[in-house]
Amino acid sequence: MAETLLAATAVAKHFGGVKALRDVSLTIRSGEVYGLIGPNGAGKTTFFNCLTGLYVPDGGGFEFAGAPLVADAPQQAAARGIARTFQNIRLFGNMTALENVMVGRHVRTRAGVIGAMLQTAATRAEEAAIRQKAIDLLHYVRIEDRADDLARNLSYGDQRRLEIARALATEPKLLCLDEPAAGMNATETEALRDLIDGIRRDGTTVLLIEHDVKLVMGLCDRVAVLDYGALVIEDVPAVVQKDPRVIEAYLGA
Amino acid sequence: MKNWLSPRSTAGIVLIAAALVALPFVLATGGQAWVRIANFAILYVFLALGLNIVVGFAGLLDLGYIAFYAVGAYAWALLASPHFGIHWPVWAILPLGAGLACIAGVLLGSPTLKLRGDYLAIVTLGFGEIVRIFMNNLNAPVNITNGPQGITLIDPVSIAGFRFSGSSEILGVTLSGPQKYYFLLVALAILVIIVNLRLQHSRIGRAWQAIREDEIAAKAVGIDTRNLKLLAFAMGASFGGIAGGIFAAMQGFVSPESFSLIESIMILAMVVLGGMGHIPGVILGAVLLSILPEALRYGVAPVQKLLFGQILVDPESLRMLIFGLALVLVMRFKPAGLWPSPERKRELQPEKAGG
Repeated sequence: MAETLLAATAVAKHFGGVKALRDVSLTIRSGEVYGLIGPNGAGKTTFFNCLTGLYVPDGGGFEFAGAPLVADAPQQAAARGIARTFQNIRLFGNMTALENVMVGRHVRTRAGVIGAMLQTAATRAEEAAIRQKAIDLLHYVRIEDRADDLARNLSYGDQRRLEIARALATEPKLLCLDEPAAGMNATETEALRDLIDGIRRDGTTVLLIEHDVKLVMGLCDRVAVLDYGALVIEDVPAVVQKDPRVIEAYLGA
Repeated sequence: MKNWLSPRSTAGIVLIAAALVALPFVLATGGQAWVRIANFAILYVFLALGLNIVVGFAGLLDLGYIAFYAVGAYAWALLASPHFGIHWPVWAILPLGAGLACIAGVLLGSPTLKLRGDYLAIVTLGFGEIVRIFMNNLNAPVNITNGPQGITLIDPVSIAGFRFSGSSEILGVTLSGPQKYYFLLVALAILVIIVNLRLQHSRIGRAWQAIREDEIAAKAVGIDTRNLKLLAFAMGASFGGIAGGIFAAMQGFVSPESFSLIESIMILAMVVLGGMGHIPGVILGAVLLSILPEALRYGVAPVQKLLFGQILVDPESLRMLIFGLALVLVMRFKPAGLWPSPERKRELQPEKAGG
């Protein structure tokens, strides 16, 4: 069995009286694509937001790569190697595609104000490396020909890809994708599936929230199902698909 | 940076440099008052580019920018005048003034980190007023700022025995006080332009832009938004502090009324009118808005005399009217500013693809 990359222990989150997450515990292993599915409002995105530091969990916590994650610190989560995309795409719309990915390099680079003002050799070398890495990533997600276009002028599918490229630019150990196939047609979904498959092959663990059951079942090594904020089951797709609770809760009777 | 080396750019730079060197001598033929006007225009360029870091780059609407200018001015006034009998040298006061303004910037920045847009504008506006009122009232029980009377007889800038006030002869050319300040201000303005240019296309500049675009996404890619916003406030404030110090030395006099809200609004208007975030645009805005009132002062009265035989409208009241009208017209017809950056121009065009 592969080593555990992320362990969530009894993560709880409530908004007023609504219990969005009820003691969710799950483990993600290095190198796998891990699916998180569930009906609308099941708490998938809430779980994401707790994991990536946008929310502070009301109970429980995360252990990532052998050390606990600090709550309420998205920038630290990114520094530790957790990158994410958003369900409703959040790009820097008025920056070019290339600049969007270059921003993603921020957390892995050092140049400060003094370096920028003096244009030291180190700063210039770093800047060139940032640009090269960003170009490489645009090639990786196959939108290199849109590099100089404003992000908001990209097509929907390309925006999704750009968001993944930006997340990959932070060199994540765990890439969290929040409904990446939402709104995509069959061809685009197929291309996305290849992309995610490639990301796994290149050694990045992927956590995938998705509504497209076919995509999840075909792609994921293991799947967890959330319903009403609670974990229903966590297992390989073949088992999950046959579980009566899952069929009742999500797949539809 | 690379295209600076192309022959056309080099020729352009040489021309601009020649014009900048010639300007104070041309203006002096019309009287030293014109050189002083040019000096203030450059001082405003400096201030507007300082504010551009906060507003243009990081997208933080700051309506209290003049407070940092005030901090720098009073730092100079108190440490180089007979008021306390302290006469520190420029190399000590100017960094100290910038440092104090920087601290003021962080002080203002830290409680406003979670605010954006209108709310941030209100808090910064309040901060600007607080500083001014402090300066106005810090004459009792211990007289620190001399209250509304202000501080007089402030030392001019003096570097290694070379004083910037009064005329002196350098290399056979006689330079008046304002002309000497002119060259000092141009040097400082070039410095702030270089800092702006280099920051804009740096890792830090991109991070600021990302915060301006979408703060949550910026956090998610690991940008420490708190530190970077504080950095923007601190840097903008430091430039304000330096400008304030030069202002105090140049005028020889500071009082709280130089730091009223309308000054903050003027500097913001320069940034917005010229083209937020676009350095040439901001420079244009600052020059236009600082020259316009003077042009009106000298132009309106004679024109009215010529047309009506008497002065019907006082130039001062006309100034605000024309200024307001110009602002409305520019915002209506050129919402990105008079000289926007190519990117910003695109931003305001309707979306072409996507959706």
